[in-house]
Amino acid sequence: MTQLEAAQAAPLINTGDNAWMLVSTALVLMMSAPGLILFYGGLVRSKNVLATMMHTLVLMALVSALWMVFGYSMAFGEGNSFCGDPRQFFLLHGVGGPPNPNYAGTIPQTSFMLFQMMFAIITPALISGAIAERIRFSAYLLFIGLWVIAVYFPLCHMVWGTGGWFNWALGGTIPVLDFAGGTVVHVSSGVSALVAAIMLGKRMGYPREPMVPHNLVLSLIGTGLLWVGWFGFNAGSAGNAGALASSAFAATHFSAVAAALSWAGLEWLLKGKPSVLGIASGMVAGLATITPASGFVTAPTAFGIGLCGGAACYLAVTKLKAWLGYDDALDVFGVHGVGSTVGLLLLGWVANPAVNGAIATTYRTGGQVISLAGGLAQFKNQLIGVLFTATLAAGATFLILKLVDAVVGLRLSAEDEHSGLDLTQHGESAYND
Amino acid sequence: MKKIEAIIKPFKLTEVKDALSEIGVTGMTVTEVKGFGRQKGHTEIYRGSEYTVDFLPKVKLEIVLPDAQVKAAIEIITKAAHTGKIGDGKIFVLPVETAVRIRTDEQGDAAV
Repeated sequence: MTQLEAAQAAPLINTGDNAWMLVSTALVLMMSAPGLILFYGGLVRSKNVLATMMHTLVLMALVSALWMVFGYSMAFGEGNSFCGDPRQFFLLHGVGGPPNPNYAGTIPQTSFMLFQMMFAIITPALISGAIAERIRFSAYLLFIGLWVIAVYFPLCHMVWGTGGWFNWALGGTIPVLDFAGGTVVHVSSGVSALVAAIMLGKRMGYPREPMVPHNLVLSLIGTGLLWVGWFGFNAGSAGNAGALASSAFAATHFSAVAAALSWAGLEWLLKGKPSVLGIASGMVAGLATITPASGFVTAPTAFGIGLCGGAACYLAVTKLKAWLGYDDALDVFGVHGVGSTVGLLLLGWVANPAVNGAIATTYRTGGQVISLAGGLAQFKNQLIGVLFTATLAAGATFLILKLVDAVVGLRLSAEDEHSGLDLTQHGESAYND
Repeated sequence: MKKIEAIIKPFKLTEVKDALSEIGVTGMTVTEVKGFGRQKGHTEIYRGSEYTVDFLPKVKLEIVLPDAQVKAAIEIITKAAHTGKIGDGKIFVLPVETAVRIRTDEQGDAAV
């Protein structure tokens, strides 16, 4: 074979696609820092702001390392329905310039690996909001390290990996539509957050003493960064820079605005004032809600989904949490778990083949092509996806936290919790004059 | 010699200061304080959780005056800080034993 023939035979890299995916990758990392660290950091008390930011920052390092060694391979290697083979891409062996046609056929596999790594970082970082202001740092690290191995990498394989149980496009058994991570990212982290918040117990003094956000301005800056980053998260999940990316971009935006309106509107109606934290929370809720649906619905449908998501999350955060009495400090379950569940289930009814033709022609069972367009059949598939994800996340979180509690102890002493995590866990304080 | 401690609404501070200047009061100490009386606090809501904020921001003025000026000062503060709504504040008058101007070592009324 001449060099020319070899070049022609090699899969073609589209530089436009690759440029967009590299930008999207950076945008998704920006969601973790500075997006999430500001959003969460502003919501806690000033004695815990550094520790709360650390909970996300440390995962940028820890999860990236695990991802490089065996995480990518567990998620995207070929294995069984539930987990990829950790040896296939061990230490990124074989992950380089040529595209992997199963995942994103026009960009280097390295770009795809990096893009997906940013999802693996932010997912466990979301959980940290539920257990903020009271967890021992060593317990947190151990918990999250085990959690990504037991929950995230396998779930990512099930939904997006070759042969994954829920992967409708690549040989799965139960076709769950999840464009950018409703199950993998938001339901998994939201449900795990709920279990962790209950197991860890309430913060000292909650809900008797006021635990007021120490700096809402930080949280609002974080909200804006999350929103912008989410364009990379959802539109980047198209895997290329084509029309589907634009469609997902539009759906993402209109869901966020709809949920902002419904959250703030409900608050105005029920509490007398539309709060700024309320509209910001609605924005994040709308983004979490549309994540699974962003590649399968039109902009007006996304707007409708966002309205439902904003209202459902508002009620979860204000009514459900008070009624059940758990201390999900920064409302990870109420916003991400509830929002994305609403998005996944509504998607089952409204998935639109005119937006994403692949869902009408790709999934096969028994040699027959089955359309995954919205309807009762797909709603049931979505429900199975949500329930399985929630069960896996809850069960694994419970077992891991029991183990971690036995090894290092989950909770800080009352004295350390009172002094604040910044000082007792990290030996620093954020504001020194 | 008396000390007047007046706790007033923060937005009334400029009016009170200007009115006192007009009757020849030449100095005062001002502190931002928090507290509550009959007005009680207000409610803040964060993501649906309601918190009662008991302590409201107020401004405390401290003025030390010769006895002859005290009555006029109290009247002028009462007038300038008045809105008629609950939470206007209070004035306390305390006896002062002596005063010293550090720069000149003047004592008593001459020092204030």
